[in-house]
Amino acid sequence: MEHPRNLSELLPGQSAEVRSLQTVGPMRRRLLDLGLIEHTEVMCLGKSPLGDPSAYLIRGAVIAIRAKDSRQILINIKQT
Amino acid sequence: MGLTSHSTGTKALDAKLILQKQSPEDRIIALAGNPNVGKSTIFNSLTGMKQHTGNWPGKTVANAQGRYRLHGRTYILVDIPGTYSLMAHSAEEEVARNFLCFQKPDAIAVVCDASCLERNLNLVLQTMEISAHVVLCINLMDEAEKKGIHIDAGRLSETLGIPVVTTVGRDKKSLKSLTSALQQICDSPKDLSVQELRPVSYPPLIEESLSLLVPVLQKLTDGQISPRWLGLRLLDDDPSLIQEIHRCLGPAFPENPELLSALEKASSLLKAHGIGPETFRDLITSALIYRAEELCRDTVRYEQPPCQFRDWKLDRILTGRISGYPAMILLLAFLLWLTITGANYPSQALSSLLFGFQELLSRLFLALHAPDWLHSMLVLGVYRVVAWVVSVMLPPMAIFFPLFTLLEDAGYLPRLAYNLDRPFQCCHACGKQALCMAMGFGCNAAGVTGCRIIDSPRERLLAILTNSFVPCNGRFPTLIALIAIFFTGMQKGLTASLLSALLLTFVILLGIGATFAVTWLLSVTVLKGIPSAFTLELPPYRKPQIGPVLVRSVFDRTLFVLGRAAAVAVPAGFLIWCMANLSFHGTDLLSLCASFLDPAARWMGLQGVILMAFLLGFPANEIVMPVIFMAYLAQGTLTEPGSLDAMKDLLLANGWTWKTAVSTILFSLFHWPCSTTLLTVHKETGSIRWTALAALLPTAVGVLLCMLFTGICQICAL
Repeated sequence: MEHPRNLSELLPGQSAEVRSLQTVGPMRRRLLDLGLIEHTEVMCLGKSPLGDPSAYLIRGAVIAIRAKDSRQILINIKQT
Repeated sequence: MGLTSHSTGTKALDAKLILQKQSPEDRIIALAGNPNVGKSTIFNSLTGMKQHTGNWPGKTVANAQGRYRLHGRTYILVDIPGTYSLMAHSAEEEVARNFLCFQKPDAIAVVCDASCLERNLNLVLQTMEISAHVVLCINLMDEAEKKGIHIDAGRLSETLGIPVVTTVGRDKKSLKSLTSALQQICDSPKDLSVQELRPVSYPPLIEESLSLLVPVLQKLTDGQISPRWLGLRLLDDDPSLIQEIHRCLGPAFPENPELLSALEKASSLLKAHGIGPETFRDLITSALIYRAEELCRDTVRYEQPPCQFRDWKLDRILTGRISGYPAMILLLAFLLWLTITGANYPSQALSSLLFGFQELLSRLFLALHAPDWLHSMLVLGVYRVVAWVVSVMLPPMAIFFPLFTLLEDAGYLPRLAYNLDRPFQCCHACGKQALCMAMGFGCNAAGVTGCRIIDSPRERLLAILTNSFVPCNGRFPTLIALIAIFFTGMQKGLTASLLSALLLTFVILLGIGATFAVTWLLSVTVLKGIPSAFTLELPPYRKPQIGPVLVRSVFDRTLFVLGRAAAVAVPAGFLIWCMANLSFHGTDLLSLCASFLDPAARWMGLQGVILMAFLLGFPANEIVMPVIFMAYLAQGTLTEPGSLDAMKDLLLANGWTWKTAVSTILFSLFHWPCSTTLLTVHKETGSIRWTALAALLPTAVGVLLCMLFTGICQICAL
């Protein structure tokens, strides 16, 4: 079993698969609308100059998410 | 195409949508889609209108309508705000959903970005649940082709059962397929009672509970609304929808006993299997996304994996850890340098032309034997102020504006919000405030309207109240002229212009700093709260449409400023002339007013005349400097106006020092917003008190900073 990790731990260049969303309320709905559901592949593209938020490639679009929200997204990091 | 007269002038105030069919034959078409897929570009191409376009999500904040004609029929095209979904999680989604569902357009074109069709299809599927008259328009095909993405539109159309057209929004010819598809679909019969709107199948339990509701709803809705869609929304228990349903189906509808019992049965079925509201939404959205995935698997072909083609190289520099902020400041400085250097030449040419024309005018008056006072009033009063505005203020504005628009078109603004989100987060605000702030450089009124992209009311209010802390286009020329006159010397050349640009950058950074400080102050006092949900899409960079941007923003902006010069500078010039020439107890009114304001102004290191000019400049910031010069000239100092040298002489002769210049720069940066901005604030907040605060905050900051500066100068005996 892999250690459960969250999206904020993903480093630029790494890819991962979403395991589950722990967010609730508006943020959860927003993430779902962006196509971030279970088994979605996510890639971290980079971090902003002050380290937060980070940019992720989600279903062909680049979305910036704050660390406090990405901590709530559990992932499996893909080994390449 | 950037900020236009439509988005910056008083027209920005008028955003309420009233659909006007001129004949019953007219057809209404809605343009829906995700944010930033080129809806407004298509809208402009079809209607020939100048709806603001820009490469950042959330730019269209209200429904806009325009018309086009095809085969003798008028089509009313409505550009609705971009949304990711129609489940009404935010204000614009509610606007979009209400329009699509309750205004019943004759056809809906859902515009998609060909480069990320899969995510866009979510909205297409949701729209297909509402309406049987959907055309899928896959836009930005040129970009997708460059990335090696191939879309089988024919196959997609077959599978979805709706017309699918491919377009390049900027290319008018490619839109023919869209208009003809829309025309056909407008002519097909409309009936939502039949159960055909089923683009997605949901998990069996949801389908089962829906089947309990749909037959009842079919009877009740009478073909007005798709029963299946309504059933889903009722199960979703969406409170914002109930109000709209009242309006559409009558107040008795939600209380119908048959419906209530069916709804009860359906909900308890879901509950019995452990499907709560959150899970219900998850299941619905997942089903939509899986369906979109499935559709794309068969119809979209990538030459390379999607993660390869996103060009992140430029972003490594523009949003990099070390290079992000320096790049931001350098870009700003470069833009300002171009403005300063570029404005010199037309400024000189215009001023010699306009003041040369003044001679002609004077001679004409003389030849006509016009009375002396008339000549003095019209030529020396009114004409001269307008000439000042046009020659000194117009060129920098006409140059900065298109430059800024190009940056916006290229897609840099979302990066700005991305870079600045962290500091805004520290102020308990939203990073999107950076977008509104950037819009404020163009025009504060447009910036205030742009604050609608921020979902949380508290954060939106923060952005509205602090918007005028960054100088708008109308204030740049004042800053540029004062910096050139007092700080970088009058000599021309690269060093001087670079130094000017750097100083101006510093002044603007001061404004940005104040934005942060005041935002923080507000969020720990009157607008307390925690930051809300934040996601920001960073669109790919696009090559800006240089030609159209230049042509349109120069003409639009030039005409707009000229119009404003006529509307504001003419009466201001007239007023100044009257004040200088009407006397009361032996002193002219101008001196009286100036000396009345003088004590307060001195505290701030200004003069009564300067303060008066700021007061008179309330309708338009562009006229502040011209009014100051006018006042000096009206009081009898005879100088050849026009060039910077002459301006310097005039200012020095009237007791200006570098300290006066610093105070004026500070006060120009921080004082009450112009009348248009305040009206916009009032419209956006609907409150006199917030509007007053929006005026009071920058004024207080300005007064304090000016007094602080003057005090320090006195203590240090500078």
